[in-house]
Amino acid sequence: MPRLRVALAEDGVLLREGLAGLLDRFGHEVVASVGDGAALIAAVAEYEPDIVVADVRMPPGFTDEGLRAALTLRASHPGLAVLVLSQYVEQTYAAELLDSDGGSGIGYLLKDRIGDVREFVDAVERVAAGRTVVDPEVVRQLLSRRRAPLSRLTPREREVLGLVAEGRSNAAVARALVVSEAAVSKHIAGILAKLDLPPAGDDHRRVLAVLAYLRGRPGGPEERR
Amino acid sequence: MLAPTALAAVTRRPSAFLRSSWPWRSLAYLLGSAIHAVAACVAIYAAYAYGVGVAAGGALLALAVLSLPAAAFERWRLRLVDRAPVDDPHVRPPRPGPRAWLATRLREQATWRELGFTVIAVSVMWWMDLGFVSSAIWLPLMLLSAPFQPSLHLVESLPLIAAGLLLSPLFAYMMTAWAGTRALLVRAVLAPRDAEIIRSRARLVDAFEVERRRIERDLHDGAQQRLVALSMKLGLARLDLPPGSPAEAQLAEAHEEAGRALAELRELIRGVHPQVLTDRGLGAAVRDVAGRSPVPVDVDVSLPGRLPPSIEVTAYYVVSEAMANLAKHSGARRGFVRARLRDGALVLEVGDDGVGGADPAAGSGLAGLADRVAVTEGLMTLSSPPGGPTSLRVEIPCPVSG
Repeated sequence: MPRLRVALAEDGVLLREGLAGLLDRFGHEVVASVGDGAALIAAVAEYEPDIVVADVRMPPGFTDEGLRAALTLRASHPGLAVLVLSQYVEQTYAAELLDSDGGSGIGYLLKDRIGDVREFVDAVERVAAGRTVVDPEVVRQLLSRRRAPLSRLTPREREVLGLVAEGRSNAAVARALVVSEAAVSKHIAGILAKLDLPPAGDDHRRVLAVLAYLRGRPGGPEERR
Repeated sequence: MLAPTALAAVTRRPSAFLRSSWPWRSLAYLLGSAIHAVAACVAIYAAYAYGVGVAAGGALLALAVLSLPAAAFERWRLRLVDRAPVDDPHVRPPRPGPRAWLATRLREQATWRELGFTVIAVSVMWWMDLGFVSSAIWLPLMLLSAPFQPSLHLVESLPLIAAGLLLSPLFAYMMTAWAGTRALLVRAVLAPRDAEIIRSRARLVDAFEVERRRIERDLHDGAQQRLVALSMKLGLARLDLPPGSPAEAQLAEAHEEAGRALAELRELIRGVHPQVLTDRGLGAAVRDVAGRSPVPVDVDVSLPGRLPPSIEVTAYYVVSEAMANLAKHSGARRGFVRARLRDGALVLEVGDDGVGGADPAAGSGLAGLADRVAVTEGLMTLSSPPGGPTSLRVEIPCPVSG
C-alpha cells in the first residue's frame, strides 16, 4: 500500500490524536487534522489529501456538520475518497454518502470500528483505492428488511451477500468464511441470478449493484418492475 | 383536610361536612346572586315605567358596560366554594390606553363568553340560585317554628320539629351541591384552567427533551469518545504482543469487553435522544426505526418539510413504541407506518397484520403514549381486536408555516 496522505476531521482531541498516531503507525501521513467542517474544507483545498476521514458530528451545531462537509467535498472534488465515522448507524447518512459521486471511494463506519485497528486501517486503504466500504451494521439492517427474493437465498448465500455488501472482494470474502475463492465465486453467481442482478466481473461494480439492490434504489429489480 | 371545592366536600364524611364551613360558604355564595335579582327587577320595573324600548336599550347598555365587572365579581366569589386559584382569562393589552384596551378585549374570546354568561346569570340563573337557597332555608325554618304557630298545639308540633331537624342537613347538602355545580359552570366558562395545565405540561415535556439532548451530547462527547480511544489503544497494544501469548489473550478479552461497552452505550444514547430526528426530521427518523425492525415495515411518510420539534419528538416516540410493540407482541408478518399532514394536523397511522389484543390498560407503553399525545392536544385511537389486525392512529394539531 502506498503511503496515503490523510486529512482528519474530529472534534474530540483525544480521538483525533489517537487516530493520527494509529494511521502514522501503519505508515500513512496525516497532512491535516482539524476540528470542524469548515476547517476540513479549507484543509482539503490546501493539502489535497488522498483521503478524508471525518466524524459526522462536529462543531458548531454538533449535528451532522462532518457529513455535510464530506458531501460538499465529494461534489467539489470528484474522486476524493471520504471515510465518514458515525457514533451510530443512520441509514439516511449511509444513503446520502452512497448517492454522492457514484458511490466509489466512499466509506461509512461506526466509530466503534476504530478499535479493530487492522480492519480499520484496511478500510481506510480500500476507500482510498476507490472502493466502497459500508459498516456491517448497515448491511445487517438492510438484510433484515426481508425483501421477498432474499428469502430464496440459502443461509450461506446470505452470509456471502452481507460480506459483499460491506465492500469486500472475493478474496476477502473467502478469507472471512474460510472457503476457497472458487466457492465464493459460485455462491456469488447464484446470488446474482436469484436477485436478478446483472453478472459483473468487477468486484466493485458488483458491490455497488448489491448495495443498490438492498437499499431498493433504482437499479434494483423491485424498482424496475 | 379541607376539601378543595364545595362539590368535593359533599362526598366527605357527613359529620365532618355538616360541621365544616362549606354549607355556610355555599349559602353566602348563592346569596351573592341577589345582585342579579336586583338588576333583573330594575329592568322589569323600567319596562313598566318607561316602556319596553327604553328598558331594553338601558339593559343592553348596562350589559355592555357591566358584563366585565360582573364576570370579575363571579370569579371573586368563586373563592367561597372553590379553593383552587382563579386566573383572569384576559390578556394584558399590548399598549397602555383605552383604545388598546378596548381593541384587545373586543378581540378576545373571553370577553364574549363573559357577556353570554352575564345574560344567563341575570335572566335565569339568579332565580335558580335564590330558589335553592329559599327552599333550603324556608322549609326547615317553617317546620322548626311550628311551636310558635297559634293554630298548632305544642304536642302536635313535635313531629314537625323532628322533621325540620332531620331535613335541615339534607337541605344543606342540596344547597352545597348546587353551589358546587354552579361553581363548576363558572370555572369552565369564566376561568378555564385546562388550557393552562396543558401548556405547562407541554413546557415540562419540552424541558425534559432539552435535558435529554444535553445528556446525549455529554455522553457522546465524554464517555463514548473515551471508550473509543481506549478500544483503539487496546487494539494497538495487541499488535505489539506475540499472538497467542497469555498477555495477548488477556488483552483481547479486555478489548472485546470495551467493544461490548461501546455497543451498549450506543444503544443507550440512541434511546436518550435520536440524533437523526434533530438532523433530518421525522421522515428519516421513522425510516430508520422501521429499518431496524425485525418485522418488515412499509414506510409511507410524506410531509412538506420539517415540523415543530415538539411534534416531531412526540410522533417519533409514538412510532418507536409502536414498532417495539409490533416486534414484541403482535406476531405480525408485516407492518406499516403512514404519516400525512391533513387539515392542520399530523395524522400518523401505524398498523400490522398480527394477532391484535393490544390493551393500553395492560401496562404497556401505550398508556404513556396516550399521555404524551394528550400534551400536544392530540388524539390517539387504538383498534386492536383479539385476532387482529392492530391499527394505531394519532392526530396531532400542527401549525404549518408556508
